[in-house]
Amino acid sequence: MSTATAPEATTPYVPSAETLGAVLAPSEQPARPGAFAVSMAFGWRAMLKIKHVPEQLFDVTAFPIIMTLMFTYLFGGALAGSTGEYLQFLLPGIMVMSVIMTTMYTGVSVNTDIEKGVFDRFRTLPIWRPAPMVGYLLGDMFRYTTASVVILVLGLILGFRPDGGVVGVVAGVGLLVAFSFAFSWIWTMFGLMLRSEKSVMGVSMLVMFPMTFLSNILVRPETMPGWLQVFVDVNPITHLVAAVRSLMSGSTDMGEIVWVLGSGAAFIVVFGTLTMRMYNRK
Amino acid sequence: MTVSTAAPAIETSGLVKVFGETRAVDGIDLTVPAGTVYGVLGPNGAGKTTAVRMLATLLRPDAGEARVFGHDVLREADAVRSRVSLTGQYASVDEDLTGTENLVLLARLVGHRKPAARERAANLLAAFGLTEAADRQVKNYSGGMRRRLDIAASILHTPDLLFLDEPTTGLDPRSRNQVWEIVRAVVAHGTTVLLTTQYLEEADRLASRIAVIDRGKVIAEGTPGQLKSSVGAGAVHVRLRDAAQRPDAERVLSRTLGVPVEQDADPVALTARLSGVETEAGAAEQASRALAELAHEGITVDDFSLGQPSLDEVFLALTDHPATTEKETAA
Repeated sequence: MSTATAPEATTPYVPSAETLGAVLAPSEQPARPGAFAVSMAFGWRAMLKIKHVPEQLFDVTAFPIIMTLMFTYLFGGALAGSTGEYLQFLLPGIMVMSVIMTTMYTGVSVNTDIEKGVFDRFRTLPIWRPAPMVGYLLGDMFRYTTASVVILVLGLILGFRPDGGVVGVVAGVGLLVAFSFAFSWIWTMFGLMLRSEKSVMGVSMLVMFPMTFLSNILVRPETMPGWLQVFVDVNPITHLVAAVRSLMSGSTDMGEIVWVLGSGAAFIVVFGTLTMRMYNRK
Repeated sequence: MTVSTAAPAIETSGLVKVFGETRAVDGIDLTVPAGTVYGVLGPNGAGKTTAVRMLATLLRPDAGEARVFGHDVLREADAVRSRVSLTGQYASVDEDLTGTENLVLLARLVGHRKPAARERAANLLAAFGLTEAADRQVKNYSGGMRRRLDIAASILHTPDLLFLDEPTTGLDPRSRNQVWEIVRAVVAHGTTVLLTTQYLEEADRLASRIAVIDRGKVIAEGTPGQLKSSVGAGAVHVRLRDAAQRPDAERVLSRTLGVPVEQDADPVALTARLSGVETEAGAAEQASRALAELAHEGITVDDFSLGQPSLDEVFLALTDHPATTEKETAA
């Protein structure tokens, strides 16, 4: 793509009072749109950004593939006797890990947008206040779904055979994407709070590594020391993985699902509130 | 909520915004009548942008009050937002999106359904001469095109009050003239425009009233004519062929113009600040008389010009200190 600015049209633009007057003429003002409509419009913006900058989908395609291959072949032999066995255990977890790790890009995109004037325009519009944030998350849900599907397809190729069937797998991915939407409010908050993209990334590593590695994703918690099990047991990611595994393996664990939905709601209430407070004060 | 039609577009009293140690806006009182262009003139860091951001509901004032068409900017922020629009110093459009996509997005955000949003976007692009560039990403636009798209985005929902924060800074002269024409058309349509600028010429050409801001305070307010006559109508700059003739030229100028004449650092140059003339025509008449006198005395002049007072000169006259550029602290 050329970085040069496009030359002006050969005939220079001459503003005309008539044509400008025509677009300024007070026509019928549309009714004020509702929260859902404006959120969807911002979601459409997020999709347009993916269309114009498709490279950004790298983190939801290449990254999950590498994660899945790496952990399956690195730990499979040692932990489960064979990579095929391990994959049955690992795949739902590695799907959760990859998707949860990509949630932090929400914070990065919020942060880069603030630097630009377009954020000021959104903030001066008479619209439902959280809509721009919800819009980012709607676009991100597309990314989460993409990552999940990429991992699932790779898993099936490598020999993952979920007993839960199509319904169980779809329900598992659905639960994961829904939880990620709720979890991402942490990143909208950090995106608004921190000064640079780099600090958002720094903080995200600090949150992501303990949350994903200190869980039941890679190994069974029973093998860990007691004090670590305490953390692993309260880690919402552990419950998410347990719920997704149960759905995909066809032995639905309602207790875990309720836990996941409850913690998701808590994330929205706490970090959604903090996000909107910062958004309004910015 | 009954607001009389006579409510001024903007009314502030004792508006204050503090960033750390800096009082970016330090007690501003303004009244902007509806239906006019109001100029806010000042150097970088004077507090113009901070003031505009408070009025546009982007920043919370630390003290004082501000009303837009009678609505308080804090308590009735939503009512204010439905009547105003802001074109910021940095393009308030999405660079990754095309011109059409930017405007369709905004049209949908103000409530147009998709077909109506597309039509509105196309009409605006045509009126702003951007039809050819409609499907290009904004990052590939020139500065002037970007600024036009920005203004088109701002008038999309036909606001009653448009904030233009330094709309011509960094533009080439042709683009600047286009923006001026657009501002005239917008105000002719009944929209109130609050324009901030660093250029006296711009405020003079567009605004019916001007407030001069320095270090967060309004230091002068009035019509462009009142402001200029308080400063002087401008300065005569002369360059001589021969440095030896400078004392003679200085004497002639001082006699014909009736003001002290300054010797510039350049050994062949002189500057005389006119005072006591209120109109440009008056200043031009004095200047041409001075030029004739110089010729009559046999002094060879290489270059002779009459300039409007620059912002620097306005500042010197109003504050006794030059228009220093401080770091803009607006967040």
